Amino acid sequence: MKLKMLLLASVASVGFTGPVVSQDLEPCENCADEMTLVSWGGAYQASQVKAYSEPYAEMTGVTFVWDESSNEAVAKLRAMNEAGNVTWDLVDVVASDAIRLCDEGLARPMDVDAELADAPDGTPASDDFGDLLVSECFIPQIVYSTTAAYRADVEEWGGKEPEDICAMFDMETFPGKRSLEKRPINNMEWALLCDGVAKEDVYDVLETDEGVAQALAKLDTIKDQVVWWSAAAEPPQLLADGEVVLASSYNGRFFSAIEEQGQPFKMLWDAQVFDLDGWIIPEGLPEDRLNRVLHFVKFATDTQRLADQAKYISYGPARLSSAPLVGKHAELGIDMAPHMPTDPENAKNTFLYNYEWWADNRDDLDAKFQAWLAQ
Amino acid sequence: MAALPPYSSTAQITWYYAFRIICGLIFFFLIFPIMVIVPLSFNAENFFTFTPKMLALDPAGYSFKHYQDFFTNPDWQQALWNSVTIAPVATLLATGFGTLAAIGLSQSHVPFKSAIMAILISPMIVPLIISAAGMYFFYSRIGLQGTYWGVVMAHAALGTPFVIITVTATLVGFDRSLTRASASLGADPVRTFFKVQMPLIIPGVVSGALFAFITSFDEVVVVLFLGSASQKTLPWQMFTGLREQISPTILAVATLMVAISIVLLTALELLRRRSERLRGLSPG
Amino acid sequence: MSSTTTDTSSNAMPDDGVVRAADGTPLKKRLARALRREKLRSLMLIAPLLIFIVLTFIAPIADMLFRSVENNIVEDTIPLTVEALADWDPASDELPGEPVFAALHADLLIAVEERIHTRLGSRLNYESSGMSGLFRKTGRRVKRMDEGDYTAQFIEADEDWGDLETWRVIKRFSPPYTPGYFLNAVDAEQTSEGLQLKPENERIYLTLFNRTIVMSLAITVSCLLLGFPIAYLLAHLPLRTSNMLMILVLLPFWTSLLVRTSAWKVLLQQQGVINDFLVWIGLIDDTNRLVMINNQTGTIIAMTHILLPFMILPLFSVMKTIAPYYVRAAKSLGANDWTAFWRVYFPQTIPGIGAGAILVFILSIGYYITPELVGGTSGIFISNRIAYHISSSLNWGLAAALGTILLGLVLLLFYVYDKIVGIDNVKLG
Repeated sequence: MKLKMLLLASVASVGFTGPVVSQDLEPCENCADEMTLVSWGGAYQASQVKAYSEPYAEMTGVTFVWDESSNEAVAKLRAMNEAGNVTWDLVDVVASDAIRLCDEGLARPMDVDAELADAPDGTPASDDFGDLLVSECFIPQIVYSTTAAYRADVEEWGGKEPEDICAMFDMETFPGKRSLEKRPINNMEWALLCDGVAKEDVYDVLETDEGVAQALAKLDTIKDQVVWWSAAAEPPQLLADGEVVLASSYNGRFFSAIEEQGQPFKMLWDAQVFDLDGWIIPEGLPEDRLNRVLHFVKFATDTQRLADQAKYISYGPARLSSAPLVGKHAELGIDMAPHMPTDPENAKNTFLYNYEWWADNRDDLDAKFQAWLAQ
Repeated sequence: MAALPPYSSTAQITWYYAFRIICGLIFFFLIFPIMVIVPLSFNAENFFTFTPKMLALDPAGYSFKHYQDFFTNPDWQQALWNSVTIAPVATLLATGFGTLAAIGLSQSHVPFKSAIMAILISPMIVPLIISAAGMYFFYSRIGLQGTYWGVVMAHAALGTPFVIITVTATLVGFDRSLTRASASLGADPVRTFFKVQMPLIIPGVVSGALFAFITSFDEVVVVLFLGSASQKTLPWQMFTGLREQISPTILAVATLMVAISIVLLTALELLRRRSERLRGLSPG
Repeated sequence: MSSTTTDTSSNAMPDDGVVRAADGTPLKKRLARALRREKLRSLMLIAPLLIFIVLTFIAPIADMLFRSVENNIVEDTIPLTVEALADWDPASDELPGEPVFAALHADLLIAVEERIHTRLGSRLNYESSGMSGLFRKTGRRVKRMDEGDYTAQFIEADEDWGDLETWRVIKRFSPPYTPGYFLNAVDAEQTSEGLQLKPENERIYLTLFNRTIVMSLAITVSCLLLGFPIAYLLAHLPLRTSNMLMILVLLPFWTSLLVRTSAWKVLLQQQGVINDFLVWIGLIDDTNRLVMINNQTGTIIAMTHILLPFMILPLFSVMKTIAPYYVRAAKSLGANDWTAFWRVYFPQTIPGIGAGAILVFILSIGYYITPELVGGTSGIFISNRIAYHISSSLNWGLAAALGTILLGLVLLLFYVYDKIVGIDNVKLG
């Protein structure tokens, strides 16, 4: 619960834009001058380019290569590790992948306080990130949430609008195709919540075979109406094309569709699932490249840079000290606060994602979910 | 299927026209999907379908903006550049090795000929996903995964069967008395090769090279697995684009690629005719 | 170059019945040498490519075959345990003794330090669910264990260590090679009661192989239905016209696969060109747009279009060679148009149909890109599953096993193709 409190506290003070302090970078000794960064593409990667790599390149002259492979990061890192030839320098992954990579020895553990910048007031990095350091290899950047959005102009709904996540399963009131992620995480929890399981019991139920069967049976009721997505950019596109009427995705993707492209969608914040996204450094980098990455990471995850990213996309910065610096959208000039997943108005009913439980059970549930999908 | 004889019955006449209409529809099925993207690529809106303005032939409904995006967007330009640097090198490798091997295979006494042929043709037969899987595993072991040369070598391997087939085809009709005549007139084998054989197989080599080029240029499965960001090719960019954010820029790229196909097709057709004429197989 | 020119005119040689070349060596020897030299030269020409293909292509395929049975991970991660387990009889009703648990403790200490124990957990989870969580949980506890009575401590860490089935699985997958991936690939598993099929709700691959084959057949049949009339028309039109129309077949053939797939995406979407057109002419209601994409229909339509030229071209080349007088003879003997076609013309096109159908079928069962983009979940093939296991689930052994089965299927079909058509007769363009 500390995580949530911390976030809520951080967002409450949004609105004040701190002065941009231009700081001098420490010199980087024995450092490579090219970096390969891996991220998710789309609006999210664009926000990282603007907030992190462009300013850094300006100061140091380092060239950046971006690889949009975060989706397959675990597989590709494993292949590189096997070959002993790691071509990536810094990889953006979600927390659960970071845990997995760290567990498998594919990511490098961090010495947080020594290798990351302190907050401007001197608070050590480990306190500034606090609970969000869910794995020793993981350097959190943002808090995002997986949530749903719907088209606001569906005639068959007769003026009714979805109010909670169970609208996803209500084919009678809200007919039309849906889009959900092609993996068990979140879908299984939502299915159980909408099948009458209490929030706090979800993982206990899901631990049993009957619980899994119950969740899949609930998903069965909409299975033939679901278009499954594997890249988060798909659902906003599917909604925009009218291919589906209700979809799940990351809140930032919906934000850019609604606010930046003016699509007629509305957010359904109910039962949104908070998650973290951040960097990991692959294990086994040669010294000069490692030096460069550490130098970059220290810069790119400092208080100001994390706050800067929130100007371009509606994800909350992972540092407590960044929160006061978050202001308005860089181009649209709108306040970012009401669009943050952590805004009190949006966070009325949230669902806490259990990292450890999923790390232990992911292999099992993935297999069952995939078997169910294929039938 | 010559003209209808005058004594045809009504049923025959009906069938004659019905058959042509059916064939017309099938031709339409073949060609329409390719043609439909051409006007759509000039759409002024970010839609994948015809807007009312486009249907009314209003010039305001059309624009070059998707082409502009293609030529200014660094992602697409990088992808184009990668395709342009990978395909020719792969083609060169495939054509060089392939032509030599085809000449070797066309000799009259080649030990284990069918086994060798089976191995050399195999990249064309094995489904791409299997080639991609095998190469991904193996190239990972030897450190070629995610490198330029890894992709180039994989593409060259995929392209060689086409070179072998086309070059062998030109050599099949090759009249051996020509080389003998050349030898008897005092030319050494090297000179004979360049003066007699070479001009005859050149059309086969070039069309094989075109096939190898298009194989590499269009290939997406293998590069998807083997490549890393710095080898992202045009088809790869299209694939991600289609799967994730469907921007009409893809249609502009597709239109350009159709134009390239038309050029290649014409080149091949001219080569085929030339080759047949040289070998005296057809009146031209 | 053949060296069959026999030099019979040279008669200045000793007359011992041996035909000799100009320099006196027996002709047989000379010929043999020339033949050897020729063989050598042809091999020299072939060698560079052969080596290249073996290294860049055959070796990867062989590596894949190897991966489908390789299972070193158990022995590499917990070597002492594997050794200690050698004496344990999996059929017995007793847990392995304390030495095994002590060995496991020693192994896990190292494995946790190197952070590789979770990989082993994931590996064993493919065979028995729950193993991944078991190794993770135990991994977190193992450092805090005290010396002595490891059996009790492990069982306390997770009661699954007290389950005989856990140990049977570890024992069964200790050897460096395993049929496990192949069994998984056909939805079977090895249990204590022997080989059996998995529970029905966990079966995927038989369904998927079945679907891949059925859909490929559907694609082949629709290619044949559409390709036959076109090939017939092209083969019977005057050369000039047929050359013109041939362009309509060759253009799609030469157009990038992704271009054609994008085109179908544009056409088939619910808000796409076809649906818009149907709504516009009033054939369907705006709210009841046809669902033609992200399902089997989408895959079949798009792939029929993509593979149609591969049917038309072989059919065309066979029909070109059918002499017109057979049909004329049949008609003059009193056959009507249909009988003449069906009894006389059609049987002669069978080789073309066979060639085209096998070619289309081989190509379609290995397809990946088009099903991935227009197939949704119901219209995907076994290839998509292989890709999924390579890049998402990381079960590379299973991907390799599925790939090996698919490869076997394709090679078998190709063997049939070779018998009917011959590899050498593959024609392009």
